[in-house]
Amino acid sequence: MPRSLKKGPYVDPKLMKKVQAMIDRNEKRIIKTWSRRSTIIPEFVGFTFAVHNGRKFIPVYVTENMVGHKLGEFSPTRTYKGHAGSEKTTRVKG
Amino acid sequence: MARIAGVDLPKKERIEIGLTRIFGIGRSLSRKILDESGVNPDTRVKDLRDDEIVKIRTIIDRDYKVEGELKREISMNVKRLMDIGCYRGLRHRMGLPVRGQRTRTNARTRKGPKKTVGGKRKGGK
Repeated sequence: MPRSLKKGPYVDPKLMKKVQAMIDRNEKRIIKTWSRRSTIIPEFVGFTFAVHNGRKFIPVYVTENMVGHKLGEFSPTRTYKGHAGSEKTTRVKG
Repeated sequence: MARIAGVDLPKKERIEIGLTRIFGIGRSLSRKILDESGVNPDTRVKDLRDDEIVKIRTIIDRDYKVEGELKREISMNVKRLMDIGCYRGLRHRMGLPVRGQRTRTNARTRKGPKKTVGGKRKGGK
């Protein structure tokens, strides 16, 4: 069930402030954030966020198609490198 | 013989059911289309008049995405998820359930037939 349109997308106020400051000063540095729950809004496009996954920060470069997703969706929290003996799957996470 | 939206022609079924042979049309959509075109849902496909077929066909062509076009849209959506590298995209790539279902057991639709992993003996197969 999606969030009410009346409220608009949720973005952590702290994160929003940081992004706004970057836009105002017209610079692009990596923004470190723990706010995985924040929705990616169009203003974020072009920025790189370092999104915490519980252990470390995963760099996420935001592109246009990512708008509407949450930051956390791009910073996987689980590691699974396949079972011993099976040739396939090496999905490196975290 | 009725041929609507590409390759569809199940002869002796009622048109309401026959339409559901088209990918992207189920019972409720089929009902809606027939209501709009004014065709009796109980007519058998083989008894359809030509003008009725034309009416149904135009409604489907005009209002609904079916068959190839719909399949293309779906795979584009999946591809988008995979390209942006979000969690759902990763799940699609790995062929695992996307919507948070358990994978300890079940999930066979996504994972395919069981591949038993031998546990006991030491030192290879």
